[in-house]
This record gives sequence, C-alpha cells and structure tokens, in this order.
Amino acid sequence: MLTDQAGKGVHQDTPGPGQSAQNPLRTGGNLLQLVSPEGERISHPEFDVWVKDIGDEQLCSLYEDMTVIRRIDAEATALQRQGELALWPPLLGQEASQIGSSRSLRDDDFVFPSYRESGVAYVRGAHLTEIARVWRGNASYGWDPQRINLATPQIIIGSQSLHATGYAMGVQLDGANTAVLAYFGDGATSEGDVNEAMVFAASYQAPVVFFCQNNHWAISEPVRIQSHVQLADRPTGFGIPSIRVDGNDVLAVMAATRVALDRARKGGGPTFIEAVTYRMGPHTTADDPTRYRDPIELEDWAAKDPILRLRKLLEAKGLLTDDVEARVKAKADAVAAELRSSCIDMQDPQPLDVFNHVYSTPNSWIERQKDHYSRYLNSFNQPVEEGAL
Amino acid sequence: MSKLTFARAINAGLRKSLENDPKVVLMGEDIGALGGVFRVTDGLQKDFGKHRVIDSPLAESGIIGTAVGLAYRGYRPVCEIQFDGFIYPAFDQIVSQVAKMHYRTQGRVKMPITIRVPFGGGIGSPEHHSESPEAYFTHTSGLRVVAVSNPQDAYTMIQQAIASDDPVLYFEPKRRYHDKGDVDETIDLSTALPLDKAAVVSSGSDVTLVAYGPLVKTAKDAAMAAADEGISVEVIDLRSLAPVDYPVVEASVRKTGRLVITHEAGQSGGLGAEIAASITERCFNYLESAPVRITGFDVPYPYSKLEMHHLPDLDRILDGVDRALGRRNSLSGLEG
Repeated sequence: MLTDQAGKGVHQDTPGPGQSAQNPLRTGGNLLQLVSPEGERISHPEFDVWVKDIGDEQLCSLYEDMTVIRRIDAEATALQRQGELALWPPLLGQEASQIGSSRSLRDDDFVFPSYRESGVAYVRGAHLTEIARVWRGNASYGWDPQRINLATPQIIIGSQSLHATGYAMGVQLDGANTAVLAYFGDGATSEGDVNEAMVFAASYQAPVVFFCQNNHWAISEPVRIQSHVQLADRPTGFGIPSIRVDGNDVLAVMAATRVALDRARKGGGPTFIEAVTYRMGPHTTADDPTRYRDPIELEDWAAKDPILRLRKLLEAKGLLTDDVEARVKAKADAVAAELRSSCIDMQDPQPLDVFNHVYSTPNSWIERQKDHYSRYLNSFNQPVEEGAL
Repeated sequence: MSKLTFARAINAGLRKSLENDPKVVLMGEDIGALGGVFRVTDGLQKDFGKHRVIDSPLAESGIIGTAVGLAYRGYRPVCEIQFDGFIYPAFDQIVSQVAKMHYRTQGRVKMPITIRVPFGGGIGSPEHHSESPEAYFTHTSGLRVVAVSNPQDAYTMIQQAIASDDPVLYFEPKRRYHDKGDVDETIDLSTALPLDKAAVVSSGSDVTLVAYGPLVKTAKDAAMAAADEGISVEVIDLRSLAPVDYPVVEASVRKTGRLVITHEAGQSGGLGAEIAASITERCFNYLESAPVRITGFDVPYPYSKLEMHHLPDLDRILDGVDRALGRRNSLSGLEG
C-alpha cells in the first residue's frame, strides 16, 4: 500500500512467494452463474449473499436499465446509418455485464471506461446528448468526468487500466474509502499497459477492479489469438485474484463486482473480473462481422441473450406484468426519442474552437496560429477589390 | 545565494515543491533509497516518506500511465525517466494521454505532470543513455518542453514546471549535473522569468547563437573565443523548447542579421530546422545570410569513443559562426 504513514514499506502487503498462485475467489474454473440461460435461479453458497438484497423491484429495475441501453444502442446505430452520427460502437449482447457492474458502484467510486461502455455512462448519469456528442464528432469528450466520476471513454486499447490504477493509488494516499473500476476487453489483455497496470496494482495493493468484458472478439480477432489460457487465469500470475463470471447473467455480474469492490474498499487490493459475454453486433458501425464470424456462433450466443434470460427469470417469478412491460417500453421509447432529438439538435462547434483547451494557460504557438487562421477566415468577409484577382 | 551543483539544485527545487504542496508526489525507478542513478532525488524519500517519493516498478508506461490517474485524482506527479533512451515505452502514454487529456476533456481534466528526463551525451555511456529525444515531444501539442542549462534555472524551473497546470517535459543535461553555480533559493517564482521565456545569456551584435540544455555552456565558451577574434556573438538560451520564445530570437536576429542554432539531437526534422524556418518566415528581410545548424548527425547516438565527433563542440560552433558571417570555414566553396 502507498499509505505508509507509519513508515512501513510500500510492498508490505504484497503476497509472498507461493501465495500468488492461490486465488480465493476462483470458482474452480467454472463460470460463476446465478441465473441459467433458461432463467432459473441457481443458488451459490458463497455469492448468493452478495445479491440477497436484490428483490423483485430491483430485478425489474435491472431489466429496465438493460432494455433501455439496448434501445439506446439500436437508436444510435440507426442514427449512424442515417448520417447523424459519424460512428457508433454497439454494445448489443453486453447489457448484463455493463448494467450488473455499473449498478454495483457507489457514486464516489471512480470508473475508467473504454469506448463501448455507453450503458455504464447511462447508469452513471451521463446525459444522452453527452453520450452522443463524441460519436457525432462534436467533441472528444461527452460528460464532465468529475461530475459523475466517470472518465472520458478511452480509445487507446487498455490505456485506462493504468489510469485507474494511478487513481486508486491516489485514493490510497488520501486514505479514502473509494474503489476504482477499469473496463476493458479481451483484446486489451494483450496490451502492455494492462499488464503493467496489474504489476502496479499488485505491487501497491491498489483499490482497483479490472473488469474485463470478454466479448470474444477484438474487431476480427477471436479471443484465442490473445490468449491460450482463460483470461481469468492471467491475473493470478501477478498475485491478483480473479473471478470468471457469466457476463450475460446480470445477477452474477453484480455479485462478482460487489465482492471485488468490497475487497478494494477494505484494503484487500485489486481484483480481476472476466465477464464472459458476447459482442452480438459489429465492432463499430464501420465493421462487417460477416467477413470473419460464423453465423452459427452468433445463434448460439443469441440463445444466451442477457435480456432474454432476465425476462425468463421475471416470468418465472410472475414479475413480468403488462404494467412492467408497458413502463419499460415507455421509458425506452422516451430515452430513444430524447437521444435522437438531442443528437439532431446539437450545436456544431465553431471553427476557432479547434484551438481551445490545448493548454490550460496561453501558449504563444497556439495563439499565433489562431490569430492567423482567424484572419484567414475573416478574409472571406472582405469585399473583393476591383482587379484584385 | 548558495553554491550548488546542478543535481543538487534540482534536488532543492523538488524538496521545496514537496514542502509547499502536499499533492506533489515523485515517482520513478530507483528514486527512493538510492536517490536516483544520478542522486537527483537524494534524501527525499527519507524526508518525505515512501508514499510521496515512490519507487515504481520498472515499467515506464506504467509510471506515466499511473501518473495520469493520480493527476485525475488531483495530484501533481513528478516522474523521473531514468535515461533519455528509456522514455520510449512511455511514449504512448505521454503523447496519447498526458498531452491530449486537457484538450480531450475541454479543460475539465488537467494533467499537471512533470516528466524529468536526463538527456544528452558526453558521459561515455553505452547505447540508450545519451539521446536527445526532445523534438518528438516539441512536435506533440499539449506538452510544454523545457531544457535547463544552469543550476539557478534548474532550481527555479523545476518548481515552475511542477506548479504548471499543463504537463511539462523537463530535460536535464546529465553531463552538467556536477557543474556548480550560484543559486538563489529565496527566488520568488511569481516574479522569476516565466517557464516559456528565453534568455539572452551573453550579448552581442554580429551573430545570434541559439542553444539550450548542455550546449549553452559550450555556446557561451564559443562566444568568448569568438570575441578574441573580434566577433561579437549573442547567445540565447532557449530554456523553453515548446513553445519557443520567438520574440526574443527575432529581436536578436533583427539586430545581428545572422543565426546559428546548435543542438546535440540529429539535424533532420530537429528543433534547429523549426527555428530556422520560423525565423526565416518572421524576419527574412533582416537576415544577411542563411541560418546555420550545428547539430548532432543523423545517426543513432554513436558508441562513446566516437561521441566527441557527434556532439557539437566549441570549434564546430565557431565554424558555424564563420559560415554565418561569410568568413572562411570548413564548407567554403561548397555553399550555394
């Protein structure tokens, strides 16, 4: 730990040799599952307690959030096809991973997402216009990171895992009871930064959760190109315990995330979660998965659809009433309509905005170029003198 | 006023920043008990604790990437990259994250990160220990890049860099670490010469000689030698490499009409090229001759037995001064 006010060494809490191979959280190589694809509740002696507060109302609320973000995703994809967004990275299929994890966070926790975590942004309280703005090309950021404790989505693969670890080191220095969570995907586990993040997090026992959504595809590359072992087996070599969870089971994702966040808050150090899910859509709207993906694989995963699964559970519990269905549909419709209108009504940036905020204080190079470009733009407003051409 | 070595002056500046701002933390390889391979952080971990002077794992991208997270949390990390040639594993974090975060978030997230880099040659080291990578970073918008040339600036500018809300790459000329100089430790940072200003370090009227970092001393020596021949050389210590303080260079060139730029880094695409182009654009009509660059060659930094050929020295600089003045020089007859 970094907080060594007592003068103790920074590496004091690092597991010693022999300990690192142990993984108290692993479920014997099996997926942690609390709801089967058929919608049956599976009891688990260790993890049930972490979701025992999730009653009927909260199950319906999780269903609502998952349905709404799927609708956001569909609407955004449509907006891209209509030329209103430049690009969109779909999250279709990953609703349980994103909602289950983000609904486990406290407001004071800090999250470092990748570009695909639009569902997380929705749960953290980002406005729809803020979610759309980056993908319309109107800004490079959506929301104020400090307002909703959610960093600007990271496009460089895995880079944010180090930012999350550093932020968690700061939390330690502050002596705060805050956890930090980094989202990344299966492809990112090959990046040096993710591995360096695990080194730093383990070394300082930083309160960080590495939430890896293994959606099986890094653009066109299947996960087997990234790793010959389960991704959840990688962090154990760094002395970081891991949980391999069914990423299409929202209850299991919640349980796993809560365990990991709790460990972080109690000074237990980092945890790695592999949420096994599936990217049902393309990498982005610019991608064409028919070039590299077997349609049978997609069918297999469609049968494990996270929303379908939760619906079956709700049905079995008699919770999927007309009222609930109507309420969720109305909410999804309203959110989609708001996303569309806020996207289309968005104000375009002004030409000279290109120079803003490169630095926090005036910079002579930028000022000069801004001045010259301003003069250039103004030259179009000058009357052309006779014979000037 | 105290007499301090260059390394000690940086140490004193770091100490002052650690004392004045609890959000300042130092990170790097071997900076704790060892005090850094050049002893620049000597004694700081002992006095400020392992939580503020942090020995980091041997991963440069990890050092800078975690510094980004610390900055997100409100800290002011000061990262030491052990040697110039070891900075490249961190290049992505510096260029894609540190430099762009403020722009990306339209000012909502600041990156007050200082990255200290011992740079330049002349110490007889093996490969990767003598490089001058500054142009990679001056070409990256969002970064401020400075190179210090004397103990007083080292002391003052490290504190200004740490206080800056923008990220600063702070290049330290490692072959000057043991040079001593007067340092006023009571200097008021708010009235000191700002971080982005150049300084005329010796006045002259015939030729403007622009240098930074380790070559400022060499340039001043060259100016003295030229004076023996009746040539008056004005030496400018750039101090800031991004942005370059062009008004100071321009004012000098308008006076002298001749410009020589020297740096250890290779010539092509280097800072000298940028300065020659900018000064030509800004005061072409005042130039009496073409700008001259006296630089390292476009070769990988050579093995130490050859480094004296690669590094600009007093005589090569004087040869460049002669060229700018149209006097007989090593390239006489080739020009044009």
